[in-house]
Amino acid sequence: MRLSEIVPLIELEPLVVIDEPNFQVETVCGCDLMSDVLAFSQEKTMLLTGLTNPHVVRTCEMTDIKFIIFVRGKRPPQDTLDLARERGINLYLSPLSMFECCGRLYQAGLGSETMRRID
Amino acid sequence: MQEQTLLQSKIEQGDFTRGGEVSSSLKDVLRKLGIKSETSRRVTIVTYELEMNIIIHSLGGEIEVLISSEQIKVVATDRGPGIPDVEKAFQPGFSTADDFVRGMGFGAGMGLNNIKHYSDQLTVETGQGKKSKFTAIICL
Ligand SMILES: Nc1ncnc2c1ncn2[C@@H]1O[C@H](COP(=O)(O)OP(=O)(O)OP(=O)(O)O)[C@@H](O)[C@H]1O
Ligand SMILES: [Mg+2]
Repeated sequence: MRLSEIVPLIELEPLVVIDEPNFQVETVCGCDLMSDVLAFSQEKTMLLTGLTNPHVVRTCEMTDIKFIIFVRGKRPPQDTLDLARERGINLYLSPLSMFECCGRLYQAGLGSETMRRID
Repeated sequence: MQEQTLLQSKIEQGDFTRGGEVSSSLKDVLRKLGIKSETSRRVTIVTYELEMNIIIHSLGGEIEVLISSEQIKVVATDRGPGIPDVEKAFQPGFSTADDFVRGMGFGAGMGLNNIKHYSDQLTVETGQGKKSKFTAIICL
């Protein structure tokens, strides 16, 4: 699914845009625990989160996640925006809840990523 | 090739503002060296978890990353207070992180399990009231 299709679907407002809007998104990860993102994220995916501190950007940088969507209309602070720009990560804001975002994306055909099992 | 230091950096206790900078600059170094992205991803995740653990759980310490023709070695040392029960600390979900730290998205109790998963070899030297030393090796 193209990012340009996702934008209206979950009412995204762009905050930091680095890549083209025709970027293909295959899977979605909805998570507020950064270590879980580091642990279970196996492929290039899009992160939906309710956290807005700069460590969300750091975590995505380490796992090669290029797109972060902040849910519930929670605007990230300036240092998060600055870090994302510096590290080349796209940020978007959705006014919808985590559940609503995930539901709409799932219904539109996006799957969850394959998760590794705990060793 | 002889072992060479790629990066060596001090890490302060509680320094969340700079937390991740070491791993981030390491990622740039690995990219410049042309290291495969999957390998680089494993090395940076391991380093980031070790870096945040020093910031969150220790009195401060240091991370050194070394490279040879066969492997990348990440060595994280700190000044204590050490881990009393290592087996328990490695259990997924175990965490002593406080609410402030949890509020930032840490404290899932996945870090050590994660470090082990992404390393080819991991050794841990620690104990109650001791310094901790983690040596993680990722093969090239
Ligand atoms: N360098 C360290 N010094 C002292 N204790 C540590 C150190 N690293 C880890 N620990 C202890 O081991 C526990 C488990 O660590 P682990 O990294 O798995 O989880 P966490 O840091 O609590 O949460 P997460 O990494 O998921 O955000 C910690 O909660 C802490 O009690
Ligand atoms: Mg940890």
